[in-house]
Amino acid sequence: MSVLIYAENSKGKLKKSSFEAASYAYSVASMLNTDAYAISIGEVSNEELEKLAKYGIKKILTVNTAQMHNFVNQAYASVIAEAAKSLSSNVVVLSATFSGKALAPRLAVKLQAAYVDGAISLPTNDGAFTVRKGAFSGKAFADVSMSAVNKIIAINPNSFPIAENSQPAVVEAFAPTVKDTDFRTIVKEIIQAADKVSLPEAEIVVSAGRGLKGPENWGMIEELADLLGAATACSKPVSDAHWRPHSEHVGQTGIAVSPNLYIAIGISGAIQHLAGVSSSKVIVVINKDPEAPFFKAADYGIVGDAFDVVPKLIEAVKEFKATHA
Amino acid sequence: MKVLVCISNVPDTTTKINFNDDKTSFNTTGVQFIINPYDEIALTRALELTEAQGGTVTVINIGDPSTDATIRKALAIGATDAVRINAIPRDAYFVATQIAGYAKDQGFDLILTGRESIDYNGAQVASLLGEMMDLPSISIVKSLQIEGGTATLEREIEGGKEVISCPLPLIASASEGMAEPRIPNMRGIMSARTKPLTVVEPVEVPNLQNIIKFEKPEGRGQVKLVSADEVNKLVDLLHSEAKTI
Ligand SMILES: Cc1cc2nc3c(=O)[nH]c(=O)nc-3n(C[C@H](O)[C@H](O)[C@H](O)COP(=O)(O)OP(=O)(O)OC[C@H]3O[C@@H](n4cnc5c(N)ncnc54)[C@H](O)[C@@H]3O)c2cc1C
Ligand SMILES: Nc1ncnc2c1ncn2[C@@H]1O[C@H](COP(=O)(O)O)[C@@H](O)[C@H]1O
Repeated sequence: MSVLIYAENSKGKLKKSSFEAASYAYSVASMLNTDAYAISIGEVSNEELEKLAKYGIKKILTVNTAQMHNFVNQAYASVIAEAAKSLSSNVVVLSATFSGKALAPRLAVKLQAAYVDGAISLPTNDGAFTVRKGAFSGKAFADVSMSAVNKIIAINPNSFPIAENSQPAVVEAFAPTVKDTDFRTIVKEIIQAADKVSLPEAEIVVSAGRGLKGPENWGMIEELADLLGAATACSKPVSDAHWRPHSEHVGQTGIAVSPNLYIAIGISGAIQHLAGVSSSKVIVVINKDPEAPFFKAADYGIVGDAFDVVPKLIEAVKEFKATHA
Repeated sequence: MKVLVCISNVPDTTTKINFNDDKTSFNTTGVQFIINPYDEIALTRALELTEAQGGTVTVINIGDPSTDATIRKALAIGATDAVRINAIPRDAYFVATQIAGYAKDQGFDLILTGRESIDYNGAQVASLLGEMMDLPSISIVKSLQIEGGTATLEREIEGGKEVISCPLPLIASASEGMAEPRIPNMRGIMSARTKPLTVVEPVEVPNLQNIIKFEKPEGRGQVKLVSADEVNKLVDLLHSEAKTI
């Protein structure tokens, strides 16, 4: 018995969410009196992989062949299943990123495992192995008891603090056999804005809605986001009108986010919007209408015109940063 | 081209969520059910593709007879025919096993699902089906083109997108951007009444997990308002009280 994490990387660097998964797996392993291991797939240096030792991972398997450099969910699921078998891992932990969510169900079928997607709690230690996840688009929680012997948990980014539990670790090359038919999909191109904070993983999100009147007014939103190291987001009508790309649309039919801080500017707070943001830890609303429904779902608010308040907020943050550098 | 679109029957997006006293079941009293919004996007793209290249679009739902209204709506939007597997959908694994069982010898070129159902939010069915049927599966697809038996897809990734090429048959889960959902017209609604809806009995599926309890999140306290003339105060609160900056 052991706990295995899939340590996801982006361009050779382990993602922050992989360290969250490691910290989570260490807690689960401690509960089960066993060890936590990792599998990495892709072009990642051993030195980078050794960082996982700091979060309690004892052994790291790495698959770094050219064939595996691009993400193909079918092939990656085969590799992780082989790793789980060779390490006798009956619990696999990964992060509920776009790639994590695309491969975990395939892994669940391979391992005949129970699978909880988007977990927000550790499993209970009562034999039922119950894990909490969000349901009904943020309007409820579901507690899922994982009865199968093998278990797979995809944890929500930003739901678990990274915790240090340093110990020595070894990195070993792993050479599983993967069948040719696992590679029917071919990645032709990866288009990624280089210096942008990724929305699902962001700790702070600055989001704006139709109250901003038009795409030409997003300069101040981006400036505020840059200052805070935040990702930018928007409401659905804004992306429908092509003021902003669809990849920024949050809510029931867009991306669900759970940052530490969500700042909503000129957004009314419709139930479908709230569905994607209500699990944010702290919500700030800036809206000129004191009756806007979003104020009922917020921790802090400013009633005022965005074109007046946001520039002032930018100045206030600059001042704050100057004194707290 | 033969396309299968998986449609889920979900509470309308404005629904207030309530559970029965047992805390394990959703209270459907007064709830309006709709086609899962992403499944509507998938269905529309399937219709666009078959209208341009010829073919049929079958919709499939795992549900009890109460979901027939939602299935008829899919037929009204333009699906050729429909299949309902007569069971209460226990979880995504159950749903995918039923769909794989039905689809395995039907020769579909393309199977589409939504990126996730807005009730269970699992984002599971497409990948589960892919593994069960040993087919490629591509999740959270924003664009799908098909030419000469090969699909070109754009998949969402953190901070961008990936362009993927894949031979048919394949499974994809549809996201915003793949198509603009269609609204059924009068003729569609009339013809939907007579289109075939086949009811199939379910197969047995092992039980790997159970939802033992639903709970509603606690509301936030009263909002703390800061005057627009004292924006500095907000920054201070976010630093010293909320500890988020
Ligand atoms: C099936 C379905 C799914 C949906 N999914 C989503 C989803 O995923 N995400 C989503 O966001 N929406 C979704 N919606 C749409 C949702 O119902 C709302 O229509 C939408 O969220 C409203 O966007 P908004 O708040 O930007 O615009 P509006 O509702 O137009 O609100 C604009 C707000 O800006 C304020 N304002 C105006 N001018 C200023 C100013 N100068 N300064 C400050 N404030 C100002 C106004 O007081 C108002 O509150 C969905 C709807 C349906 C039917
Ligand atoms: N009961 C169901 N019947 C048919 N298809 C379903 C059902 N439940 C889910 N699906 C499909 O699977 C997708 C993802 O659902 P989920 O994995 O539950 O998030 C949905 O968008 C549907 O396309």
